[in-house]
Amino acid sequence: MDDWVMEQGTVGEALARQGVSRRSLLKYGSYLATLMALPPTAGRAIAQSLAGAKRQSVIWLSFQECTGCIESLTRSFSPSVEEMIFNLISLDYQETLQAAAGEAAEKARLDAMAANKGKYVVVVDGSVSTRDGGIYSCAAGKTNLEVLKETAKDALAILSVGTCSSFGGIPHAHPNPTGAVPVSDIVTDKPVINVSGCPPVPEVIAGTVAYLVTFGKLPPLDRLGRPKPFFGDSIHDRCYRRPFYDKGLFAKSFDDEGARNGWCLYECGCKGPVTYNACATTKWNGGTSFPIQSGHGCLGCSEPNFWDMGGFYKTLPQPTHHHGRDIGAAAAVGAIAGAGTAVLARQRRQKAIEEEGKTK
Amino acid sequence: MTLLDFARGPAIEVAMVVFVFGVIWRLAWLLFLPHAQDRSKAKITGGALLSGTVGSFVRHMWPAKEYAARTLVHTVASYTFHIGLAVIVFGFGQHIQFIRSITGLHWGGLPTAVISAVSVITLAALLFMLLRRLTNPVLKVISTFTDYWSWFVTTLPVVTGLAAVSHLWIRYEDLLGIHILSVCLFLVSFPFGKLMHAFLVFVTRTQTGMFYSRRGAHV
Repeated sequence: MDDWVMEQGTVGEALARQGVSRRSLLKYGSYLATLMALPPTAGRAIAQSLAGAKRQSVIWLSFQECTGCIESLTRSFSPSVEEMIFNLISLDYQETLQAAAGEAAEKARLDAMAANKGKYVVVVDGSVSTRDGGIYSCAAGKTNLEVLKETAKDALAILSVGTCSSFGGIPHAHPNPTGAVPVSDIVTDKPVINVSGCPPVPEVIAGTVAYLVTFGKLPPLDRLGRPKPFFGDSIHDRCYRRPFYDKGLFAKSFDDEGARNGWCLYECGCKGPVTYNACATTKWNGGTSFPIQSGHGCLGCSEPNFWDMGGFYKTLPQPTHHHGRDIGAAAAVGAIAGAGTAVLARQRRQKAIEEEGKTK
Repeated sequence: MTLLDFARGPAIEVAMVVFVFGVIWRLAWLLFLPHAQDRSKAKITGGALLSGTVGSFVRHMWPAKEYAARTLVHTVASYTFHIGLAVIVFGFGQHIQFIRSITGLHWGGLPTAVISAVSVITLAALLFMLLRRLTNPVLKVISTFTDYWSWFVTTLPVVTGLAAVSHLWIRYEDLLGIHILSVCLFLVSFPFGKLMHAFLVFVTRTQTGMFYSRRGAHV
């Protein structure tokens, strides 16, 4: 960690010190270019740009989270690729990975902020507790809310890694006891990039950071603040089971003939049609598989409120709030109202007959 | 809350409550209304009356031969969009999922391509019906706002559903949300306008058939 902290050389120098060859860097550049659907020539440009780029100072803050996001990045199947991200950046503060503890750790954060004022990137995983002043999640005697405001004040940009920091995630799910909110609700005066997913795809985290370092600007973002190169297509549109959906061939349960034949999991509650992520293209564990390929529907984990979308096994057309008693009550009230209206009509008729009798 | 969350949640729930309340209200109202006593002597009763009533109902499903040629295109277009709507509502897998969640009943669906083709044909028939209403001098005079509103709330779910399945114009989740909201509009409008004919046609045709059959009239 020590040789990373405060090290501000170029990426090329850092790679050379760790024995990474120029060929490897070119391959990595081509890999990133392919991931982001850039032209083939962009691979060389990325590699050249990366080699000459200053290592980006990064302060990584972990709030209400499960550490799954950093685990996704550090313990991926092919760490040789993803660990290159640590060569692109100068990771000046990360509670899980850093050797320093206590006051020394906090000093590292403050030192990095002072040394790179206006230039450092803040990476956040986890949502921010706001209820009762944010006291439900604290570290080093400060609430997450205070640390985020303090750190983001002089940041260049914020990278929200994972669905919790991007959209609130599981802590934000009903009934949200800690008043959890996404980073973008707190930091409104800085660019915020959301790399959502529970956890996010490691290649997407790496690719987004690489884009920032290479091009020195934010990638194009979708309406939810996610990098379009990775979140431009729905899982459904890129799913290899899509032809079965179009043919109307669905697995009805996880052990029926349809499931064994690999048919579409839409009727098992798959949220692929409304979920945008790179799972179906980059896949996981070194491109081995992804949830749908393993036989389970997409949970929609990279979307806001995915935990409250009516249940993982409820299909998209099904109502999320359907209560039979409401329908039954509506039918009963309708019958009573109909009978009442008819009684009134009978009374009016009787009155009209009586009045007609009087006039005669 | 996203548009889709709203549509799948409170919107469809409220729409279904209004739909069920409205339909039951109108049917109960009709059922309990005072009816004039038929003082004529019944020419047929029992099974013969039932047979005559059903026969009358069936015969009224197609125009009388005097008008058949003149109204052929209109009749075919009407049947086309009615059958098309039934195929879309009861044949599409996602709609079956919806029905299953409400009633517990389910059955096999048709391929998406078939549903899309039926939707296009249904839409064409609905457009023809609107054009006819706008261009036919007699129809134009007798048409009221409720006629155009009924056409609108029937056509809107077909258009939005077709767009959602085809992933046209905007993102799928928004299209699905708009489609469900258009269905909500249909459900809320249904009991309080001419769309209620989907239920009342059985009441009125049966009543008419029984009325004339009782007198021995073959209509």
